[in-house]
Amino acid sequence: MSLWEYANPVKFLRLSERVLPVLWVLAISSVVVGLVWGFFFTPDDIRQGSTVKIIYIHVPAALMAINAWFMMLVASLIWLIRRHHVSALAAKAAAPVGVVMTLIALITGAIWGQPMWGTWWAWDPRLTSFLILFLFYLGYIALWEAIEDSDTAADLTSVLCLVGSVFAVLSRYAVNFWNQGLHQGTSVPVTTGQRSVADVFFVPLVVSMIGFGLLFLALVLYRTGTEIRIRRTKALLAREGRN
Amino acid sequence: MKALLIRDIRLAVRAGGGFGLGLAFFLIVVVMVPFAVGANSELLSRIAPGVLWIGALLACLLSLDRLLALDFEDGTLDLLATAPLPVEAALSIKALAHWITTGLPLVFAAPVLGVLMNLPLQGYGWLVLSLLLGTPALSVIGTFGAALTVGIKRGGLLLSLLVLPLYVPTLIFGAEAARRGATGADVSTPLLLMAGISAATVALMPFASAAVLRVNLR
Repeated sequence: MSLWEYANPVKFLRLSERVLPVLWVLAISSVVVGLVWGFFFTPDDIRQGSTVKIIYIHVPAALMAINAWFMMLVASLIWLIRRHHVSALAAKAAAPVGVVMTLIALITGAIWGQPMWGTWWAWDPRLTSFLILFLFYLGYIALWEAIEDSDTAADLTSVLCLVGSVFAVLSRYAVNFWNQGLHQGTSVPVTTGQRSVADVFFVPLVVSMIGFGLLFLALVLYRTGTEIRIRRTKALLAREGRN
Repeated sequence: MKALLIRDIRLAVRAGGGFGLGLAFFLIVVVMVPFAVGANSELLSRIAPGVLWIGALLACLLSLDRLLALDFEDGTLDLLATAPLPVEAALSIKALAHWITTGLPLVFAAPVLGVLMNLPLQGYGWLVLSLLLGTPALSVIGTFGAALTVGIKRGGLLLSLLVLPLYVPTLIFGAEAARRGATGADVSTPLLLMAGISAATVALMPFASAAVLRVNLR
């Protein structure tokens, strides 16, 4: 019994069909709990008023936007090294979810930035690197769409994902160097364990983060299943056509 | 290797090869800028390094889709892939040829256009140096993009969508170096960082380009 067993599409589908209903319930309930708790049962911030509450969408979406790319990177590596088709399809399935998360983070950031910083957009390092991440997602998806042969597409997009990751990290530091920004530092520093968000705000935020994570997982599993079925249908159609 | 280099340069320089087109495009982009932002010479001299860098970058991008597409169509790439020369080396040579026919002329043209943009006197040397160090990276990264999209019909737009985000670090450091040079500030940090990026991409990108080209020739 190893993890690689689920590289078999049939076993993967069977597992995801069993896991998905539970995952959907968990994901949706924790997103709803996190958001409702955050929106209605936390006090207003002293300086920011009620605008602070957008944090419950903004931060989890930004978190998942980066992690989605990271997951695509791992899946691309697995595809390049072990040639498991499910892995390539999972990377393909994650990209549109990631791009939506990036867009949500950018838009909620703009809505939050308007009352706080007095501007919708500033060329701040964090904002700028997110915009660049968005462009990388667009290129990745466009390349998947442009190539007809699915194995070629998987190979090319995987290499693009690897190269893109290197350049995305480079851009992150280049942008840091280029302009000092408005955006505050991280709210949840993992390494030091000291955080700048008080407990009343932090607990619903964590619930919301977990919810977004589960939602991402559910969406990716679901979409991967769809991709597998699409490919199966195509194979069946091709066989019919030849007979 | 030398034969391939000479062949590529010759093909690019002869009629229909598009040599000079990039240069003309660079000229036109830079000439259009004052029409768009106004002829205020103070403003122009402030944005001159950035405009010259973005112009050079776009001119580089313009000629990328010819880099491999023609050779792909007439089968030259298949021959190159089966030749004893490694694909990595062949692509490095192609990138070098692209740089000699596109990047290098841009480096020489930039100071002339700097006059049009009212670039401060102290900025010329740094502008030329930053372009000289930065354009090889643009060619090598562009070769990767061209190798990615070589099998795609009308891949030109997709090519720019893929390549431009990869140009971001080079552009940031290059333009920053040129800008600091123009204002008389210390340029060593961005210039060294950009030279580092340039050296690393020249050394490593051909492997990625060759990997995707092999997939496309499969």
